[in-house]
Amino acid sequence: MAVSLKQSSVATRESRLGSVTGYSGDLYDIIHQSKCGTLKNKERCFSQSSTCNASCSLGQLSGIRDIAIINHAPSGCTAMASGTDVINSQLATKRGVTNATVFVGTDMDEHDTVFGATGNLKDIILETYNRYKPKAIFIGTSCLSGIIGEDVDSVVRKRKKEIPEDIPVATVHCEGFRSRIWATGFDASDHVILSSVVKPPKKKSNKINFKNFYESARNEIIELFANFGVEPVFFYQNATIEELSELSEALATVNICGVLGSYLGNGLQEQYGVPYVNTVNPLGVAGFEAWLRGIGKVIGKEAEVEEYIKTERVKYLDKIEEVKKELKGLRAVLGMGPGYTYEVARVLQELGIEVVWAASWHHDKKHDSEELPASLQYLDEHSDYNFKVSVADQQNYEILNILNEHKPDIYFSRHPGTTVWAIKQGCAALCVNDEYMIFGYKGTLDFAYTVLDTIKNRSFEKNLAARIKLPYTDWWYKQNNSTFFDGEGK
Amino acid sequence: MSKILDQPRYKCALTAMQTVQSIPGAIPILHSGPGCGAKLAGGAGSSGHFSHNIFPCTNISEKEVVFGGEKRLKEIIDNALKVVDAELYVVLTSCTSEVIGDDAEEIVRSFKDANKPVIYASTPGFKGNNYLGNDWVVKAIINQYLKPAEKKTKGLVNIWASIPLHDPFWLGNLRELEKLVESIGLTPNTIFGHDRGIKSLNKVPEAEFNILVSPWLGLENVKLLEKKFGTPYLHYPTLPIGATESSKFLRAVAEFTGVDKELVEKVIDKNESEYFYYIERFADVFLETRVMAKRFSIVSDSQYSLALTKFLVNDFGLFPEKQYITDDAPVKYRKNIESYFKELNYDIKAEVEFSSDGYKIHKDIKDTDYHGYPLILGSSWEKKVARDTKAHYLAISWPVNERLIINSSYVGYSGGLKLLEDIYSVVLTRFN
Repeated sequence: MAVSLKQSSVATRESRLGSVTGYSGDLYDIIHQSKCGTLKNKERCFSQSSTCNASCSLGQLSGIRDIAIINHAPSGCTAMASGTDVINSQLATKRGVTNATVFVGTDMDEHDTVFGATGNLKDIILETYNRYKPKAIFIGTSCLSGIIGEDVDSVVRKRKKEIPEDIPVATVHCEGFRSRIWATGFDASDHVILSSVVKPPKKKSNKINFKNFYESARNEIIELFANFGVEPVFFYQNATIEELSELSEALATVNICGVLGSYLGNGLQEQYGVPYVNTVNPLGVAGFEAWLRGIGKVIGKEAEVEEYIKTERVKYLDKIEEVKKELKGLRAVLGMGPGYTYEVARVLQELGIEVVWAASWHHDKKHDSEELPASLQYLDEHSDYNFKVSVADQQNYEILNILNEHKPDIYFSRHPGTTVWAIKQGCAALCVNDEYMIFGYKGTLDFAYTVLDTIKNRSFEKNLAARIKLPYTDWWYKQNNSTFFDGEGK
Repeated sequence: MSKILDQPRYKCALTAMQTVQSIPGAIPILHSGPGCGAKLAGGAGSSGHFSHNIFPCTNISEKEVVFGGEKRLKEIIDNALKVVDAELYVVLTSCTSEVIGDDAEEIVRSFKDANKPVIYASTPGFKGNNYLGNDWVVKAIINQYLKPAEKKTKGLVNIWASIPLHDPFWLGNLRELEKLVESIGLTPNTIFGHDRGIKSLNKVPEAEFNILVSPWLGLENVKLLEKKFGTPYLHYPTLPIGATESSKFLRAVAEFTGVDKELVEKVIDKNESEYFYYIERFADVFLETRVMAKRFSIVSDSQYSLALTKFLVNDFGLFPEKQYITDDAPVKYRKNIESYFKELNYDIKAEVEFSSDGYKIHKDIKDTDYHGYPLILGSSWEKKVARDTKAHYLAISWPVNERLIINSSYVGYSGGLKLLEDIYSVVLTRFN
């Protein structure tokens, strides 16, 4: 499908990709239904608070160095500002750079709701520019600005004229109600970068665009890529507007998470012919090797990649085999975004851990390449058994019901606040929150030992589980986890 | 002039969900978009028996925006009663639900015969910040849940202070206030935190007195409690930190409740002598510093700006530069709040500025000559200005991102010592 940069806002994942947030079944079925297009969303008649796409889109953009985010919203939407500021400062310090990005709000109030607040927004854009001289200004919308019909695009068009031409000023359409899928927010941030920051290429560079979250394996990857004579450019965290403007000049785009990177990767490929390396993620041995080979193919360094793989395998494979002996037969449940659920499921299978149930928060039948996500394609071809799958929209009550029924040895989480609930039910749990936690051979080995340590010392969860009351009724634990799905999608 | 929220130090009214969450047994039901709960829950210690992942929520989508969300709210409440094991369900409205015109009150009314109480508060983010939201939800609980008591219990005193979860020391402070009140023979009753909750809430109407320890927050509600249940209240503006303010607090409570004066003086003597035993031992650290100037600024909400100013001036002998209040305190209270800053020892008066524009506050601080390294107590936002002004700095109010506070407290005699520990643990990192 074409990435349309003429539109100010990106279409939601639901409408663009047919993505869903409610499903219960199994791996083979969801793959089959995704491929043949019969997969329909199931609505829920009970739901718990989840996350909105604004956190993802503005969260992504606010990691860019020396820019300004203006959230046209009431004060609550801007609550993330200080967390962003502190993370920016910690991550910039770690890298030895500075990041002067600011995240401000328009503090919309009752008067604004009745009379509109575009005048105030106009003033704040200029005030923010004068205060901080940012390298770009992104104005995020909100549920409230959307419902009262604020024409933010037109404010931006007018204000742009009063701000130096080389400073991108653009709207990020991220009203919280737009999409049930927070990952639509990743697309919204990519859309604004593609349409307002990336410039047509002037030359070809030897760089590889690397879309990730927080750069924790930055040094290893720089070293790794040096073997192939190329340089990674990480974003959005700690990236500069100048670096982003040159994404079109890169040799290729790769990512650490298919859900995170697919819109930008495909967009750069469509618009500027930058190849998007659309393999599984570099997690686990099989993932890392497939990813590396995908890169090698695109940059014409296949022989060097094979050489590298050969050397590294010698260092790690025996060690991984050793720890696998102790992991064999463990049973696991996962609850993550689809960009990680199926990737981690693959790694668990590789380590000999049985995947009992994989819950993903949403499900993409396809990515913007029009293809089934690579991680599902891989499992379709390689998983030697079927396992239960649900699309759980972060619904904790469904997860706890599943854990109660299946009583796995370990639960794998990835998102804030979701890990503790498993241990309250006495289940060991490990949060795969660093996106590089299972990166490459060493990451796989470290991960295997962390899993082992987690299930070997159960003190923390046993202590807690013995002393707390669970949040749900006994009635709920006796129901099927998909009780509240109310039929075919409406 | 535009109203820019630069360096937010408050959230929106829907953060009332944290107030509900802090009453064990109660759970908020959010009639809101999918992201409100997660955004407003930020910060350490916001999980627990319930957390935002558990809060039932209508997760309003485009469909409800277009067609209305009342039906969805009804089914969510219905099923919340089946799935979530709570004693009190508090439906909270949001920007979206209010602007699209859903009548949440009417929907909640249809649950009046439900087997558990379901009540409602209007908390759209555009209507006010989280300080106001806190008061609105407590008001809703008083009006819709509490019932008059058959009798008053002698010596039972409700204590109201601060804002749960948003104030990082909310619970430690509340427990210390309980201990202070208990030390003079009264029986404290609070509704928040471990081993309190619905059973304590049910006792609120039978209390003999309400004590509000806050410059303005909660004032409407103690007035409401007086009107509804005839409970007289003491409005004590200063959160007591350290010996001087704690002793003043105890005397004021004793005076108001009619506790035996002799007992109170005995308690005060005992506490003060212990407090000053420590001060005596560590006075050289305070007196012989090469790095700590006499001047300070607080950048915080009304509660801490006032309480810390009082402690640092009246107990610790420092001198106030301008103090900043960032909670957007309602205009009607501002005159009174300012006047509290003029009641300092030796006729010292502290200038006060109300502002939610962190950029301007920081500019002001940078333009101030503190005649040495200043002391700045504030939030994570002050880290940078502290670096720029070579200040000694401690984050004590939201947002606090780089410090973990579990149950510590700055209230009371021991709270004052704890604050000095924290301040001088920073001071001692520099020789000159």
